[in-house]
Amino acid sequence: MAILEVKGLKVYFHTRNGLVKAVDDVSFSVDSGETLAIVGESGSGKSVTCYSLLDLLPKPPAKIEGGTAFFDGEDLLTCSPDRMRHHRCNDIAVIFQDPMTSLNPFLTIGEQLIEPLIYHPDKTLRQSRPKARERAIQLLDEVGIIDPHSRFDCYPHEFSGGMRQRVMIAMALITEPRLLICDEPTTALDVTIQAQILKLIKKLQQTHDVAVIFISHDLGVVAGIADKVLVMCEGTIRETGNTDSVFYRSQDEYTKKLLAAIPSGPKKLESRVKPETLIKVSHLKTHFNDYSKQKIDGKYALIKAVDDVSLNILRGEILGLVGESGSGKSTLGRSILQLVPNTSGIVNFGADQLTGLSPRQLVPWRRRMQMIFQDPYASLNPRMTVYETLSEPLLYHGLANRENVLSRVSELMDEVGLARGSMRKYPHEFSGGQRQRIAIGRAIATKPEFIIADEPVSALDVTIQAQILDLILDLVESHNLTMMFISHDLSVVRYISDRVMIMHHGVIVEEGKTEALWANPQDPYTQNLLRSIPIADPLLERARIENI
Amino acid sequence: MFKFALGRLMQAVPVLLVVITVTFFLVHSAPGGPFDADKAVPPEVLKALEAQYNLDQPMWKQYLSYLGDVVQGDLGPSFKYSGRTVNELIGAGLPTTAELAFYAMLVALGVGITAGITASMRPNTMQDYIPMSAAMIGICMPSFLLGPLLVLIFGIHLEWLPVSGWGDIPGDKILPSITLGTAYAAYIARLSRGGMLEVLSQDYIRTARAKGLSEPIVIAKHALRGGLIPVVSFLGPAFAGLLGGSFVVETIFQIPGLGRFYVQAAFNRDYTLILGMTVFFSTLIIIFNLLSDMLAIWLNPKLRQEIRGSN
Repeated sequence: MAILEVKGLKVYFHTRNGLVKAVDDVSFSVDSGETLAIVGESGSGKSVTCYSLLDLLPKPPAKIEGGTAFFDGEDLLTCSPDRMRHHRCNDIAVIFQDPMTSLNPFLTIGEQLIEPLIYHPDKTLRQSRPKARERAIQLLDEVGIIDPHSRFDCYPHEFSGGMRQRVMIAMALITEPRLLICDEPTTALDVTIQAQILKLIKKLQQTHDVAVIFISHDLGVVAGIADKVLVMCEGTIRETGNTDSVFYRSQDEYTKKLLAAIPSGPKKLESRVKPETLIKVSHLKTHFNDYSKQKIDGKYALIKAVDDVSLNILRGEILGLVGESGSGKSTLGRSILQLVPNTSGIVNFGADQLTGLSPRQLVPWRRRMQMIFQDPYASLNPRMTVYETLSEPLLYHGLANRENVLSRVSELMDEVGLARGSMRKYPHEFSGGQRQRIAIGRAIATKPEFIIADEPVSALDVTIQAQILDLILDLVESHNLTMMFISHDLSVVRYISDRVMIMHHGVIVEEGKTEALWANPQDPYTQNLLRSIPIADPLLERARIENI
Repeated sequence: MFKFALGRLMQAVPVLLVVITVTFFLVHSAPGGPFDADKAVPPEVLKALEAQYNLDQPMWKQYLSYLGDVVQGDLGPSFKYSGRTVNELIGAGLPTTAELAFYAMLVALGVGITAGITASMRPNTMQDYIPMSAAMIGICMPSFLLGPLLVLIFGIHLEWLPVSGWGDIPGDKILPSITLGTAYAAYIARLSRGGMLEVLSQDYIRTARAKGLSEPIVIAKHALRGGLIPVVSFLGPAFAGLLGGSFVVETIFQIPGLGRFYVQAAFNRDYTLILGMTVFFSTLIIIFNLLSDMLAIWLNPKLRQEIRGSN
């Protein structure tokens, strides 16, 4: 029996730039004990759909223009604020995406956990603090928080990301809801933590018998967890059905495009590796002082971000560097490019040594090695036009002069697939994918030999990600680039790299040719990492989950 | 926290030294002297006076002996109020000025925070525009205009409140406190609106609402603490500003506070009094800034634990 029945939901945003139909005529239903996954890229309206059910959208600009959402025979869209509070407190709970920002940093997690019980709108259901505390501790234990009695009085910053998400889950379950909305609950987490959290959600769903709406952009995760799938794009439903039929017998072009865009399988591009070492790193260490802890004997403790790493990169090679957050992979990249001071060790570019050079001496090398940064929203100067961003390195390194800089920039725009006419626009006028094209254009402007790409596609939607990956591969080929490709996403790394290194706690734990390493990982950490990757194929994914 | 406070106080020593040095040489290099009265003083009397106050000594000697006195907490004798020391003068005026500043602060906090929160609940509506426009007027309105205006309305036309004095007639403290506090209320209103808007857009406020908490609890328990941190950081400078800036209000309402000493001292070239007041106010500003920083740290659990961990 359906516990939630949404019909013809329309949510429009009345913005200064006009009307945005965020959700346009969306209908679906969820049965108790069932998991419905809503899949879509950013801006598809999947989160807006769910937030509108609980009246969590900022109004204005959002406005519900039509439709019904019956929960237990009551329309959530028209019910009174008091009834809405009642539903929020009793029936429907939400697990939000980012556990770093979704918990109040000023209150202990215990206090935040028991709030729905001690402030319950229905006075007869309100519980005393000690009783609520007991219940909260029991739930913390159930979601896998060790030593819940003492952790109850800790603040959110004392927990890791994965632990915070467990707290969020406990918080959602404390009211014994019948419907649980999970809004990208694992997107902000590392893949091994994601595996644990998904397992936990699945287990709790069974023991507590709740219906789940699972919002995600990750088809691999969805394949394993969903009973039914709803594909959304630009506010409308493109396809809906049970998981297997959507994945295996999709009728919709957009769904097919989404599935095809997932990087899967080995590298397509033929290897162009030449037997000549371009980058040689020997015993590189990059340590930082840990200012968050007290000094011991007048010295700060050290954070060993990169701890004795040695590696070679051959000319023409694409080396994938994989690690979870905090593994030191970005610091390693920056250390090689001499963007952070090296504590010890030697970095060679060809026959020349980079370590120990002064900033002035490094200038010619900067032209020959470049970096593509992760977040195209943050790494482009918002006050510089694309023309300014792209012409700056050309003029600085003397690769163009006043006369020919315009034509050089135009060529760059062509190369990265941007319209020449948009050269005078500012970064905010572009989409995320276009911005990353600008950032890539900036990196290749100086015709470098070596590029470090630090999570260049992590902030992008899957269809855009596929386009950017293809662009990078094209450029690697046409410019004869050597590349170090840093990512936490193992499928992407496998798709693009000749050779892979796995980094953990500042150390390279395993290294090898991509396919060989995939087939036969030796290190336990690598094995666990590879086992944790969701597969966008329901049967394979269910089998994978069974095995861990 | 104690170690943190001690460290900050140690940093204050060089700051104060610079303040004293700069002020000392500035007042001494200003044209005129403390005994250049309208009526000419006979040269032998002037000489005797200068000898009495060490003014015949070379400048560096005067500076060093002054520093020596300040370290011992002695701000020296006043040049104009004969027979009285600067310590006595400050001691006489401070209680009144401090009381005025305290009431003005209550006005500023009460009105400012209320207006700021009210405005932040419904941004870009009348509920926001009206208090914020009023705050803009409050910031623009100088106290020498606001004071007489309030006196005219509430003292003379309506005859509700006394027009001057301090502690003589019941209710005579109301108008001065409002006059002094208004500009600060306006500033605090803008700070708390900004702080609250920032916090109310945070994800954890959405979490609190999704849990079914009522709006008053969401505001009071989840939003206020973070939202008022800008105000807390402003409290220190504000309190010092209220203490030091009370001169106009004290003049309008005939209040026997510190402000008049400060201004008269400058006109009279009363070197020790100017210096003494400057040292005194600098110390107050440093202390109040420290207190408000400590409060801001204490309100933030993460910072609190980091400070505690470093001890």
